[in-house]
Amino acid sequence: MLDKNGIAKRIAREVKDGMYVNLGIGIPTLVANFIPDGINVVLQSENGILGMGPFPIEGDEDADLINAGKQTVTLLKGSSIFDSAMSFGMIRAQKVNLTILGAMEVSENGDIANWKIPGKMVKGMGGAMDLVASAKNIIVAMQHVNKAGESKLLPKCDLPLTGIKCVKKIVTELAVLDILPEGGFRLLERAPGVSVEQIKNATLGRLLIDGEIPEMIL
Amino acid sequence: MINRVVKNAEEAVKDITDNMTLLLGGFGLCGIPENCINALVKKGVTGLTCVSNNAGVDDFGLGLLLQTKQIKKMISSYVGENAEFERQMLSGELEVELIPQGTLATRCLAAGYGMPVIYTPAGVGTEVAIGKEVRTFTYNGETKEYLEEKAFEAHFAIVKAWKGDTAGNLIYRSTARNFNPMMAMAGKITIAEVEELVEVGELDPDQIHTPGIYVNRIFQGEKYEKRIEQITIRKK
Repeated sequence: MLDKNGIAKRIAREVKDGMYVNLGIGIPTLVANFIPDGINVVLQSENGILGMGPFPIEGDEDADLINAGKQTVTLLKGSSIFDSAMSFGMIRAQKVNLTILGAMEVSENGDIANWKIPGKMVKGMGGAMDLVASAKNIIVAMQHVNKAGESKLLPKCDLPLTGIKCVKKIVTELAVLDILPEGGFRLLERAPGVSVEQIKNATLGRLLIDGEIPEMIL
Repeated sequence: MINRVVKNAEEAVKDITDNMTLLLGGFGLCGIPENCINALVKKGVTGLTCVSNNAGVDDFGLGLLLQTKQIKKMISSYVGENAEFERQMLSGELEVELIPQGTLATRCLAAGYGMPVIYTPAGVGTEVAIGKEVRTFTYNGETKEYLEEKAFEAHFAIVKAWKGDTAGNLIYRSTARNFNPMMAMAGKITIAEVEELVEVGELDPDQIHTPGIYVNRIFQGEKYEKRIEQITIRKK
């Protein structure tokens, strides 16, 4: 079974040289730590940065320079700054190649719910609805089951949706799966030490298992 | 050259009255019009509808106008960092409309470009789409559904820039740019507060982000706290 860093590390293998990538808050942010040397990617922060760098060294923080999570960051050489309309313009126009974000629930037809739990304080969707509606390639980093042990990979989402038919791939603590165009979670890889049986038991939506399922390489 | 300078924040907001709709620039606490917000608190106008990506924190930014209960309605994309906001929202004192961040930005842009509606895929199939017209378009070989979203119609836009000149030309700095340029374009009357106000001729025309035609009033803010919401650092 993978921890958060393990999930991030596995997702980092999906990031290819030359990509522009938007990383959501939480596990997706950790992906940046695992991108191998020699793979050149540009991180987009939807408040208006291309070429976002790491956190600043103490004393160098700049109130005017934050990321979409409102954390102080730095700029790398070759970076650019733009306004929020252009930022979502490049997302809508599919110039950003890959979006990695978290989810509370995903359905077997690729719907995603990640912004609202009825009865709890609703903070808002931020840029998530724009990202999932436009991105060509969306990878979701999530826990396979909730704290009560209930599956979060469902036939149909129970929570209010963020977007429909948009998720392409999911990486959880148990498995890597993709979502087939005709619907259904196709099991691609098992996490180290996890059995197909465990993944079956943790998946409520339609799970497709074709042949021998390899253990993931991290 | 037309002179857009007003004396201070109080003069800039003098004709903002109860129940008006305001667009306020900033992302989190970054690039917010601190001086105008303070002037609005002092002025005591109530029943405001505020369009801003976020709602400040309890004791800074738009949180100050929430504490004094001057805001009737917030239109934002993310409002997580404010306990008083949460209390007023849950008690029903405050009306809240949550909209996607890109939709918020583009509805401002549309206003500034004189276009009454835009079409965006954001929110299709979600509760954001309720009551909205859905149209199907084929574009670049892809057939998708889009929501019709309306340009904002606001009485005032209040933005913050780094530098500005007396003709109202503005330059923003780093990610404090965020929503400020398109909000500056979207107000019926636009107020810009700047960290440094200079004479015409001192800014390079090639570097102007917002041309002065969009800015009706400009002043240099008395002081800027520029609070950081989350200081994150790494080891050397």
